Amino acid sequence: MHIKLIDIHKHYGGVRANDGVNLDVPPGSVHGVLGENGAGKSTLMKILAGYIRKTGGRILFDGREVAYDDPAVAARLGVGMLYQDPLDFPALTVLENFMLGQTRGLLRSADTLRSRVESFARKLQFNLHPDDAVSSLTIGERQQLEIIRLLSLGIQVLVLDEPTTGISSIQKEILFAALRRLAAEGKSVILVSHKLEDVEQLCDHVTVLRQGRVAGAMAAPFDASALLGMMFGQLPCPPECGRIEPGVPVLTLRAVSAMGGRTGLKNCSAVIRQREVVGLAGLEGSGQGVFLRVAAGLQQPLQGQVQFGEHALHDKGHHHFKRYGGAFVPTERLADGLISGLTISEHFSLQQAGGFWIDKPRAVRQARDRIDTFNIKGRCETRVESLSGGNQQRLLLSFLPTTPKLLLLENPTRGLDLESGHWVWRHLQKYCDADACIVFSSAELDEIMMVADRVLVFFDGRLIKDVPTCETSVEALGRAIAGKLD
Amino acid sequence: MDEFSFSILLAGVIAGAAPIIFAAIGETITEKAGLINLSLDGTILLSAMVAFVTTYQSGSVLLGFAVAALVGATVAALVAIFSVYLEQNQVAVGFVLTLTARDLAYFLGNPYSRLPGPQAAPAPVPVLKELPFVGAVLFDHTWPVYLSLLVIMLCWWYLYRTPAGLKLRCVGENPWAAYARGMDPRKLQLYSALLGGMFVGIAGATFSLASKPGWGRPQGAEGTGWIALALVIFGGWNPVKAAIGAYLFAFLQISGIYLQGWFPSIPAQVFQVAPFPLMIFTLMIMYFTQRERARIWAGNTPWKKSLLKLFAGNAPAGLGKPYKTE
Amino acid sequence: MSEITAKPETLLGLLHSLLVTVATVFCFTCVILLAAGAPPLDAFFHIFKGALGSWVKFAHVVQAWIPLTLCACGLLYTFRIGLWNIGIEGQMIMGAVFATAVLRMGLHGGHPGWVLAASFVAGIIGGGIWAVIAGFLKTRSGVNEIFAGLGLNFVAQGIILWLIFGPWKRPGVASMSGTETLPAELWLGTLPHLRLTPTGVAFAVAAVVVSAVMLRYTRIGLNLRAIGSNRNAAFLFGLKPDHHLLLAMLFAGGFAGLAGNMQVTGVYHRLIPAISSNYGYLALLVVMLANYNVWLAPAVAFFFACLNVGSIQLPMMLQLDSSLSGVIQGALVLATLALHGWRKRRSLRAPQRKPDG
Repeated sequence: MHIKLIDIHKHYGGVRANDGVNLDVPPGSVHGVLGENGAGKSTLMKILAGYIRKTGGRILFDGREVAYDDPAVAARLGVGMLYQDPLDFPALTVLENFMLGQTRGLLRSADTLRSRVESFARKLQFNLHPDDAVSSLTIGERQQLEIIRLLSLGIQVLVLDEPTTGISSIQKEILFAALRRLAAEGKSVILVSHKLEDVEQLCDHVTVLRQGRVAGAMAAPFDASALLGMMFGQLPCPPECGRIEPGVPVLTLRAVSAMGGRTGLKNCSAVIRQREVVGLAGLEGSGQGVFLRVAAGLQQPLQGQVQFGEHALHDKGHHHFKRYGGAFVPTERLADGLISGLTISEHFSLQQAGGFWIDKPRAVRQARDRIDTFNIKGRCETRVESLSGGNQQRLLLSFLPTTPKLLLLENPTRGLDLESGHWVWRHLQKYCDADACIVFSSAELDEIMMVADRVLVFFDGRLIKDVPTCETSVEALGRAIAGKLD
Repeated sequence: MDEFSFSILLAGVIAGAAPIIFAAIGETITEKAGLINLSLDGTILLSAMVAFVTTYQSGSVLLGFAVAALVGATVAALVAIFSVYLEQNQVAVGFVLTLTARDLAYFLGNPYSRLPGPQAAPAPVPVLKELPFVGAVLFDHTWPVYLSLLVIMLCWWYLYRTPAGLKLRCVGENPWAAYARGMDPRKLQLYSALLGGMFVGIAGATFSLASKPGWGRPQGAEGTGWIALALVIFGGWNPVKAAIGAYLFAFLQISGIYLQGWFPSIPAQVFQVAPFPLMIFTLMIMYFTQRERARIWAGNTPWKKSLLKLFAGNAPAGLGKPYKTE
Repeated sequence: MSEITAKPETLLGLLHSLLVTVATVFCFTCVILLAAGAPPLDAFFHIFKGALGSWVKFAHVVQAWIPLTLCACGLLYTFRIGLWNIGIEGQMIMGAVFATAVLRMGLHGGHPGWVLAASFVAGIIGGGIWAVIAGFLKTRSGVNEIFAGLGLNFVAQGIILWLIFGPWKRPGVASMSGTETLPAELWLGTLPHLRLTPTGVAFAVAAVVVSAVMLRYTRIGLNLRAIGSNRNAAFLFGLKPDHHLLLAMLFAGGFAGLAGNMQVTGVYHRLIPAISSNYGYLALLVVMLANYNVWLAPAVAFFFACLNVGSIQLPMMLQLDSSLSGVIQGALVLATLALHGWRKRRSLRAPQRKPDG
């Protein structure tokens, strides 16, 4: 099926997520949609899949204009989408997930459907068992399940939104092989990604989005630097990172085990020293999140000791961690870090120590001061939920104490555009210069390689690699997070 | 206790649990789809009143049950419309409806207070009731009681063995994913509320036409709705386990009456409120057994693990989280 | 529970919604009355006359307004932190029980003024204890505050019945009419010829002012709001959610206990089984209808008190049950919620209809 999107608009209030986007995908091809976070890729694809309504524009299938605002109708017309966060039902089994949404399948016997699951899985070389609980599958396997479910609906166009985030390199190989096979059968595949390598490996054509508009298009073979130029407007320059000799140990974990995430944390020992920047790498939920939360005193370990400076932390809580000079910035800014409904200056009132009455003038003074120094686009009385992601992150960073000993950051640049990301690291660098140490987790190996002095790699809840960044490479780290050590 | 009185006790448990089972099963269905209908206590009273009045006027017990089911569904529809379509707080709406339905029942039912009225006639099953022990326990009841036994199995079959039940469960787990697969989460939640509400209405009718025949202020069904809501949690959102909880509850209630006879020095009031601290205690146990520490305590010891499994049961992942578009 | 923050509205908009709500509820109530075979206008007239027809009746309304307002003030704290303190009913009952205990001890000596003062403190402590039990059940044992509060309400009801029929029964015969009446020197003083206690009014007004100041200008108020809106983030800001949760419960229980005391010392002058008169549950509706606004709550409480007192006339004049007031009150809250929801839907849809590009 030949897909044509013409002049697609999507506006959220004043924000234009899509601002006149055109896209042309011929049948039998793998088409890449490239762009950095927030460029409008997901919005465009969700419009194509009928999951959200467009503000304006036209969609043509094989030259015929179609109108729909429902994913089920889109699937009937031949378009299916694999969402970034898997939209499935972990509490149910593989077979039940497969059955749900089948137009005719519900009337068929479970046995017919079971054999359908198995035959589809065999064809694409997926390893799926109908009676397994979805909650026991990896992200990659959940994707595979969604793909065969969509194919069984008879779709002609498969949209995948960032499918390579959070899956191992082996699963990525299987996925890409399956996608190539589908394209060879005459189906269209649209791959949404912010990773150049995905596009280079798989796609025939690519369209680059920037700030809700088409920034350019290209056919294979691709010119990487030209694509990067389209993505960012200018080539990103890595923030410089001064190499300073690490000092005394600040944070020490000894044989720590803890619950949480998909895998928990198993028998982890590590030492973080003064002035160090340490990156935590690993697939989503491989233990790095638990590491940070245990280190921040947010979670008590089941076993082992956590030492912060001269204090034992494993039997105390987060408030002690703060008192000893630590700070923690969570990844979900609006869910964990900021309080929606409260204004910026009310957040500063919350920060004030002690006293019965709110010292409003002082809070407002403080808020004004930080809004200026942190270049936050908002006012004292702005409610935090109406700030953009970048400004929310700046606000969170403005709450950090002036001379912390230890900063723990969960995915500090997730969801930020490149400019804001660079700003964050330029700002954090100042703390290192003032003898603090920083531990952060990130899904972007490039980011870790650029800013960290040392990287800890987590796999299946275990710390499997601890190496200075100058002695490793992105490729080696990529293999390590998939569990393969050299 | 000799066999004879023991069979009477068990028969009493099965009959006494009937209305609670209807209510708990109805609420399980609704909550499985992710919607909390907190209005149970008031709805039961309102439908009990309506069932009694309808039967009093028409003479038909069946009609009384039907109208009560309709009343239950109507109140549930209000909960669904307010919380699903108008996006208001489910707890707020449910609570207000509890009080309003109760007061409406007292107001409209006032002229029918303490009137002798018709009730569901005993319907012993021929032949089967002659069976020793089992016959007396299971086959010598009014028909709502048989219906309650049937409903437990029907509900389980509906939720876990039919396509419609699968859809209902998946909306309760993740309404956004359900939407992406072509379902209308709002409509499904509304349907589940209507279906669940019907059973709550039947629970009310069972009170006023079978278990505690008659109408008055108080009727005697007060508080049952809350017990049923707690039983849904106790049952881990599984209809069969919720029903077992209802039988346990009825057993304790009846033993209370026995105990009261044996310990006349303890005032009756103590036995009347006993179910409620018990409800709190049960919820505490549910909480403690589901914590990580309990799993560590159990380790690999078989009996400990099976003990915990008895209390296991996860709430539908989307329970109480209203589905909103964009 | 971020929706529990009062949103500013224009006066005209407020008036408009008030009109729509009242009209809807009026029609609904007429239908109900016709269903009960009663003339609607007569019923409304009797309610109005029963509430505001004379100074004596007005005094009754004020006596109902006092506990309603006190409970509503208490609930503002728990709502701010996102708690459904349904247990307020039991907290009021236990306030009354504790107060009665002190008053009974005070029968044998002690200056009446001191005994009364001690009973106030006892009431606050009684309500507070009952609330904190529910709070601990929530923070330590994971029991939802709705179930904990509700269970404790029934327990409190059991305790009061046991006391009335057991240890505190009237000499000779125990009955539903309650314990023996307290001596007149232990009653709260009233205005001449009216059963209206200025002390009670003063307490209620003070409660409103104190709560308004607490919630707006103190760190406790801000902390409660922060935790209610986002518990995790508030914790990272250094707040202790569990402590604040107990604190909010303590406030609510304290105010409710005081209200319970007022029922004993100012209204019934003895302990009766229905000492709380369901004012705790009603106060929940008051606060919801007042949109969690501290200044609107007393006004709504006054209106509800009028309905409650006025509808006492219904059984006498029209042979109707007095629970009509509850139906009207519930319908009012539901109509308001419906209006909120309908507005929200419309405002969500409006920008989608007209693309601005």
